[in-house]
Amino acid sequence: MASDQARMLEAARAEPLWPRPPLWATLAGAAIAALLLVFPFVFTATFHHHLLILICLYALMAQSWNVIAGLSGQISLGHAIFFGIGAYASTVLFAKYGITPWFGLLAGMFISALAAIAIGIPTLRLKGHYFAIATLLIGSSVQIIFQRWEWVGAASGLYVPIVRAQPWLYLQFHASKVPYYYLALGAAAAAYLIVWKLRRSRLGFRLQAVRDEPEAAASLGIAVAKHKVLAFMISAAMMSVAGTFYAQYVLVLDPERLFSVDISIIVVLMTVLGGTGTLWGPALGAAILVPLSEYSRIWLGGTGRTIDLFVYGILILLICMWRPAGLLSLFEERIRRRGGQR
Amino acid sequence: MSRDLIIQAIVSGLLMGLIYALVAVGLSLIFGLMEIVNFAHGEFLMIAMFSSFWLWFLAGLDPLLSLPLVVAILGVAGLLVHFGIIRHLLSAPMLAQVCGTFGLAVALRAGAQFLWTPDFRTIANPWIAGRVQIGPIFIGQPQLVAGAICLLAFVALWLFVTRTETGLALQATSQDRQAASVMGIPTDRMSALGWAIGLGCVGVAGSLLSTFFYIFPDVGVNFALLAFVAVALGGFGSILGSLVAGILIGLVESLGGLLVDPSYKTLIVFGLYLAVVLVRPNGLFGRF
Repeated sequence: MASDQARMLEAARAEPLWPRPPLWATLAGAAIAALLLVFPFVFTATFHHHLLILICLYALMAQSWNVIAGLSGQISLGHAIFFGIGAYASTVLFAKYGITPWFGLLAGMFISALAAIAIGIPTLRLKGHYFAIATLLIGSSVQIIFQRWEWVGAASGLYVPIVRAQPWLYLQFHASKVPYYYLALGAAAAAYLIVWKLRRSRLGFRLQAVRDEPEAAASLGIAVAKHKVLAFMISAAMMSVAGTFYAQYVLVLDPERLFSVDISIIVVLMTVLGGTGTLWGPALGAAILVPLSEYSRIWLGGTGRTIDLFVYGILILLICMWRPAGLLSLFEERIRRRGGQR
Repeated sequence: MSRDLIIQAIVSGLLMGLIYALVAVGLSLIFGLMEIVNFAHGEFLMIAMFSSFWLWFLAGLDPLLSLPLVVAILGVAGLLVHFGIIRHLLSAPMLAQVCGTFGLAVALRAGAQFLWTPDFRTIANPWIAGRVQIGPIFIGQPQLVAGAICLLAFVALWLFVTRTETGLALQATSQDRQAASVMGIPTDRMSALGWAIGLGCVGVAGSLLSTFFYIFPDVGVNFALLAFVAVALGGFGSILGSLVAGILIGLVESLGGLLVDPSYKTLIVFGLYLAVVLVRPNGLFGRF
């Protein structure tokens, strides 16, 4: 039995989930990776660094959402909860007890995973719309709680105390954004590596089975609810990492913004735009939407005039109507067709 | 805690609940017909309120006078949304359906903020203003009128759905789309009608709300969240359920605000949603 399973798993691994990418795609991927590594030295403007930091951060956040939505099929509309928890965990530990944000990062991941259990166990058995609405309401509730919670600064939030010594220990860089960039890039790369591994692991295959055929999966002895909670925990911990980095980057915690529905929405929009359930879709979505929003803010002048969100909304609507599988599926189709000809 | 205060809270909650109910019934109707949750429902309420506002601001029409016009605008919007968007989403996976209406919501809200700024507006000097005193309690006249018209709208909707042939066809489509189609009911047109009526109800609610509530681009968000709770509570697709659930939510909100803490009143209502979907996933009443 056990060896049978092992052999089947081997066979499943050998079966390409994705047709082998053609040479041009591999080369393009390598070129992008190389460019990302040397980027701060090629483009030296601070704004470009800021742009890339945001892209990496959002790529990480969107990937986190992709784990729960793409891999296990549950649509969470309250992911800002874990972003906020990550930011608050590291900042509270640092501001109140002087503990390094590196530990705060781990603490945030741990608390987020616990929160995911607390939220997930009752709600993940809800189907489709009911779960989406539940997470929307819980997200709003968590925001209300943090806005009233005196110990963490209530509605005015918290500041990360400025420390100039030992930047790598305290994760604060005031001279240049370049270290932030490499940290964000590293975090995003780690997340994509983990998800890549996860998708090809036993757990990953089970999750996809749960997503596609819950009844069949259950009849094969997969504990559907347990697997969904597990995916939710992984997703929450990833989101929390982004929250901690964001807090260290902007140094201000505002519950209005950290827990806002907008954050929950944006990760959904990015992933759906790129392609839900694909490995690179979330990154593609982030790489398109972040510059769109930053440049529209520059050209049109920001404050209150939210033209970027308007464009996001329309874009997502069109994608959902005409290509629900996301932009990446355009490439995939092309690669598949090529593969068929060969 | 005096008795008067509690009675006051009950009356206010009841009147607000009627508005929640009217917003919720549109959502419920649409879901019952095509199993699609309209995540842009609150944004249409916002559009209804802004329509009332601009009709008052530019043409000097009182919201009560322009109510039929606003209902017509929203009804047409419902048809446009159905034929322009929803029909293309019907065969898509659920994720696309959720994100589609969600994208529409984001675009509408951002569009409103872009065009009309995030400022809070009010309609000055509406026809009905002030308050009446009944014994120890005070009732705002706009709220009273709004509650009465909401009830009328519910009666009209109920009569339409249960007493007319089109209404029965609508019910049949909601109960079993395929069977209805076999019986010769144009189910696609019924869905369009559902959208028109659903957003028409939102039009009524928005018109009435604009007489006593602030008008701003994010106004719909909270109403939509409460409508989700109401629909889950009353059962997706149930008209009477929406009415009872809306009133219940109004009461829970105002009594909860009075007895616990005003800043946590929405939290209590959200807790109600979780309790209901976990214990009775089909709502308190089931469909129709």
